[in-house]
Amino acid sequence: MQLMEVPEAVTALIGQEQYEEEGGFPVEHGYIWTTCASVENGNPLFWDDDVAAEITDGPIAPPTMLSVWFRPHHWSPGRTEPAVPLQAHFDLKELLDLPEAIISENTITFHDPVRIGDRIRSRQVLKSISDPKTTKLGTGRFWVLEVEYLNQDDQLVGVESYTAFGYRRPEDVA
Amino acid sequence: MTEQLLHGAVSAGDEVPPLEYEVSATTVVLGALASRDWRPMHHDYDFAVNRNGTKDIFLNTPNQAAWFERFVTDWTGPKARLARMTFRMSDSVYPKDTMRFTGTVTGTDVDATGCGFVDIDVQLHADDRLCTTCAVRIAVPLDEADNPWARRGEQWAP
Repeated sequence: MQLMEVPEAVTALIGQEQYEEEGGFPVEHGYIWTTCASVENGNPLFWDDDVAAEITDGPIAPPTMLSVWFRPHHWSPGRTEPAVPLQAHFDLKELLDLPEAIISENTITFHDPVRIGDRIRSRQVLKSISDPKTTKLGTGRFWVLEVEYLNQDDQLVGVESYTAFGYRRPEDVA
Repeated sequence: MTEQLLHGAVSAGDEVPPLEYEVSATTVVLGALASRDWRPMHHDYDFAVNRNGTKDIFLNTPNQAAWFERFVTDWTGPKARLARMTFRMSDSVYPKDTMRFTGTVTGTDVDATGCGFVDIDVQLHADDRLCTTCAVRIAVPLDEADNPWARRGEQWAP
């Protein structure tokens, strides 16, 4: 199966910061408790203000909640279509004409703690696009996207790296 | 949760105490909504089965991350600080599955800044299916006075 060449406009995106946006609300305790409840996490850092004061100089969010703070509301005034997180990933599917995609690997690196009241903003950076590959799913390309998360003081609080495989299924090209 | 694990008490090959949990539809839906993931395959049985072709709604990745965090920090205690997690997903976790988390220490080190780290390979099985593997790197105090959370700037190299 022949894939289209990677357009120059797509190659030019590599290393560029895209879709810088601020989360829809400040980091708040309610979601922290709901998340801890969902996995029965009794870590006193998230339940006991005295422990948080002693260890982390005040309450923080569980590090793995990083992506929670920038996921868009399902609806907000003036919007008619649900917003899509990781928009650069969906752009690539369209720009490379690869209708299917999976995330094959996801790495999260945790930097400064996220604190109650922080306003987290994110930006997406395309790091690489592979040559054509064929897997059991179909023929396509791997790409690596990073999402950087910063707080209101421009301190890096985390980086998520996604390795995706965008592809065409064999039955779709037969 | 243990009181507080110290770096010197950990060696390669150590096992993290396993965790088992019976998954219900509530587990899946609560986890999706807690992580603000509104996609229907995590709450809508009809969509999951008839559009996605899966056997039921299934646990989303951000909530799995929260489960891995809980599993590891239950063992380490609250002064341990997550540095990095790498996930590979191979199967899904459904209601009525029994999740089983297991972990093996693959190494320990002290970096150039004097921060002690432990590397752990964690596996999540649902019944007999391996669903997700997660490589975890976590900073663990070197002694009673050490606190990895106090590190800032170049003193924290995750």
